[in-house]
Amino acid sequence: MSVVTVQLGQCGNQIGPELFSTVYEDSTGAGRKTYQESSRERFFWETSDGVLVARSVLVDMEPKVISQAVAKASKSGKWRYGEKAHFCQKQGSGNNWANGYCVHGPRHKESVEDLVRREVERCDRLAGIFAMMSVAGGTGSGVGTFVTQCLRDMYPQAFILNHLTWPYGTGEVIVQNYNSVLTLSRLYQLSDALVVHENDTVHKICSRLMNIKHISIGDINKVIAHQLGSVLQPAYTGDSPSNYSRNPIGELLSSLVCHPEYKLLSLCNIPQMSHTSLAYSAYTWPGLLKHLRQMLIANARMEEGIDWKVCVPSSRGDSVRTGQMGFNRSLANLMILRGKDVSSADAGAFKDPALYVPWLPPDGTFSLWNSPVPFNGYEKSASLVSNSQSLLKPLDNMVRKAWNMFVSRAYMHQYTKFGISEDDFLDSFTTLEQIISSYSHL
Amino acid sequence: MTQSVVVQVGQCGNQVGCRFWDLALREHAHVNKKGIYDEALSSFFQNVDPRRSDGGGGGATGSRISGLRARAVLVDMEEGVLSEVLQGPLRQLFSTTQLISDVSGSGNNWAVGHHSYGSVYREQIVDQVRRAAEQCDCLQCFFIIHSMGGGTGSGLGTRVLKLLEDEFPEVCRLVTAVYPSAEDDVITSPYNSVLAMRELTEHADCVLPIENQSLVDIVSKIQHMAHTGKPGSVIKKDSTIISGQGGVAKTEKPFDAMNNIVANLLLNITSSARFEGSLNMDLNEIAMNLVPFPRLHYLVSSLTPLYTLADVNIPTRRLDQMFTDAFSKDHQLMRADPKHNLYLACALMLRGNVQLSDLRRNIERLRPTLSFVQWNTEGWKTGLCSVPPVGHTHSLLALANNTCVKPSFMELRERFVRLYRKKAHLHHYLGVDGMDVSGFSEALSSLTGLIDQYSQLDSTNTAPSQDPPRLNIAC
Ligand SMILES: Nc1nc2c(ncn2[C@@H]2O[C@H](COP(=O)(O)OP(=O)(O)OP(=O)(O)O)[C@@H](O)[C@H]2O)c(=O)[nH]1
Ligand SMILES: Nc1nc2c(ncn2[C@@H]2O[C@H](COP(=O)(O)OP(=O)(O)OP(=O)(O)O)[C@@H](O)[C@H]2O)c(=O)[nH]1
Ligand SMILES: [Mg+2]
Ligand SMILES: [Mg+2]
Repeated sequence: MSVVTVQLGQCGNQIGPELFSTVYEDSTGAGRKTYQESSRERFFWETSDGVLVARSVLVDMEPKVISQAVAKASKSGKWRYGEKAHFCQKQGSGNNWANGYCVHGPRHKESVEDLVRREVERCDRLAGIFAMMSVAGGTGSGVGTFVTQCLRDMYPQAFILNHLTWPYGTGEVIVQNYNSVLTLSRLYQLSDALVVHENDTVHKICSRLMNIKHISIGDINKVIAHQLGSVLQPAYTGDSPSNYSRNPIGELLSSLVCHPEYKLLSLCNIPQMSHTSLAYSAYTWPGLLKHLRQMLIANARMEEGIDWKVCVPSSRGDSVRTGQMGFNRSLANLMILRGKDVSSADAGAFKDPALYVPWLPPDGTFSLWNSPVPFNGYEKSASLVSNSQSLLKPLDNMVRKAWNMFVSRAYMHQYTKFGISEDDFLDSFTTLEQIISSYSHL
Repeated sequence: MTQSVVVQVGQCGNQVGCRFWDLALREHAHVNKKGIYDEALSSFFQNVDPRRSDGGGGGATGSRISGLRARAVLVDMEEGVLSEVLQGPLRQLFSTTQLISDVSGSGNNWAVGHHSYGSVYREQIVDQVRRAAEQCDCLQCFFIIHSMGGGTGSGLGTRVLKLLEDEFPEVCRLVTAVYPSAEDDVITSPYNSVLAMRELTEHADCVLPIENQSLVDIVSKIQHMAHTGKPGSVIKKDSTIISGQGGVAKTEKPFDAMNNIVANLLLNITSSARFEGSLNMDLNEIAMNLVPFPRLHYLVSSLTPLYTLADVNIPTRRLDQMFTDAFSKDHQLMRADPKHNLYLACALMLRGNVQLSDLRRNIERLRPTLSFVQWNTEGWKTGLCSVPPVGHTHSLLALANNTCVKPSFMELRERFVRLYRKKAHLHHYLGVDGMDVSGFSEALSSLTGLIDQYSQLDSTNTAPSQDPPRLNIAC
């Protein structure tokens, strides 16, 4: 089964190629024939003369980013984008969600739908649609939301997973919190789940773990691609314990999203380090899993600086107090282990019912996938996709800042100009306050 | 890729405009060595067959440059400056139809420029602008350049602004307005400036106010540096932001050094729309990010570094210095001190060899030293363009929407009131068809309203900031 990716806006079109390069490189090499076949089928199709083409549609409202992505992929000599798989216009959405959603989206609905339809029809079977974008600009967020809505209408049965890049807390776009609020509130109703990367977190991984001195956007994107690849590459799953799963997105969703009120997924991965240190490091599965578990309960997205004092509350009655002690409660977790001796790894500690809300059946809270193939140069690698309170704080910050601005009505004229009214904003705020409240009360 | 059209009006507008065209050519020649008419060039230039006078015949992007023509309309109501352009080194950039002129000028009278010439030349100007617009594939922005002190630039320039709003409501209007210094020799300059400001406040999307005094100060600072020549601090001559070296204009005219600063401002503000980068900042993002309320669209700009030292080893400390300087008083193109006033929003547009981490580090470092309005405490917009300006490895343009513009505006109002109270020179204005006293009082109250808006924002800053209560949802 295959995944069709839709890359939207600058961010989506810069992370997308990084993801395809990562999965390409990772599945190239000796001793991984079926893994490679499965990965290739998932992400690429092959032309009659044997060239691999990414199953991806590129959408932006300005040409510069897409032409760079297309050129870079061709230059790699390993894979490329489809010749007619991209759509761009001349002028971006100017960081204005309303411009993207109300003007550009509807205006180019058919062209984008045609491109996606072509890509979907090329798949023997569609595993799902993976839409990648930032929430802070105008195109990824606004056009991205609109396109997600169209795809939902076109493919009511298909799995739609959105990958969202959340902006640095200290902005690069001043209206980023407005755009984020408008995007998240709508996507929450349209998408099956939202996988989130925060630029702040990834930036820290680059500086503290990867030891990169001068961090570029490319470095950030490599880390994001690594983490996404570690989840999306072929693995043995609960439903498919001896063959690589043919339904990765469906199984991911059924493991993690048990209730439509909760669909924010965070992602972490260990170990992560510079290539030079990699050669000198040895890890054991118990050591890795011990760290990963503490990262989960203490809500650390990175293995450095984990608070080891945070512990799992012994009884439910503690929850209010423990909430203050930084315990991160989960609804569901999916762990993916890759590499040497995976079958020896004991994931029992992640099954502890005290990690989870009491109202879900305990056998539905934790899932484990694995693959004996080492991932992306790491002898052992563990990833955790988590539906938990871990995004509550950044979400709350976003909504708080957007609300502060909204109270003064700053920048409203830029949105009303394109048909997004104060009431539309209020609806979005209401939706998000509801989500915040739901996650806070786990 | 999008295109922009420059409308330069009056002596100052045209002199600044010509420095822009010269330095823009220099910049593109530096980046584009193969002589191909590329996307970047197409943003301000058309490719034409020089043997044809109708401005057609050149190849599309990707073909060879056959002849470049500026996407511009040049307007002046006296002949001098424009006929110099037609005989000067840049003459090939313009066809005569792009030039609109009269004989005697507006005599430093806003009303003559705005009303008299405005009515006479209205059609002709709209026709020329429309022609320029039709030659664009996707017109994104009008750059309007004029002074505030004279009659043509301030009067007719702001009339053109209104025409553009009526005819092209979708296209962004960005005005570069050169404000007179207090010792300006045009006696009526306070009238002209205040009358023009009302139009700018009502009809522009963004205004970049430039004060001549600040330009003078920066020029003398650089010249001073260049002449001391202490060891280890030798300036690379062509790298200063006042230098036109490497351009086609060989002789230097009186305002050139000052105007080169403004030309560099325009080059940097458009760099991210012309060249690629890892965080693009398109022109329509400027107003979107920096203008929280429609009338408060005056952006104070600063350019750093002012020059590059001949010594090529650039330690990071010097990179950080570039950021620090961008916030210092003596690098602003207006006599204003953003650091000690209230920010509504701030943009950092970087060019060249600057990484994301350099940007993050400096924002973290500078943030505690600046005060931001309570509802926009993290009001930063950033852009990274990979192509640096000629002569530099990196550069920074900071744009601040900041209450620091207020003192200059108040000073201007005072100078206006001083004349107005005595009714000095008023009859020259009132004699012009279309102009009456209410024009003066309305312009004055528009300016006062603007000043009050800034004061109100300042006053929110003294109260201890507290988040407003959040939206309550019924659980
Ligand atoms: N991690 C990461 N973040 C990016 C990248 N490019 C942009 N961003 C983030 O995305 C946000 C800006 O949105 P963009 O994706 O650039 O905007 P866009 O979707 O192209 O929309 P417009 O340019 O407004 O039309 C900011 O938060 C950036 O930090 C990237 O390559 N990687
Ligand atoms: N920075 C700069 N300022 C200029 C230049 N030329 C004139 N000025 C200033 O502009 C103001 C005078 O306006 P001008 O642009 O000369 O006048 P005009 O628009 O041609 O109008 P009239 O001559 O009255 O028809 C004064 O404040 C001058 O100091 C220039 O090339 N550069
Ligand atoms: Mg963009
Ligand atoms: Mg003149």
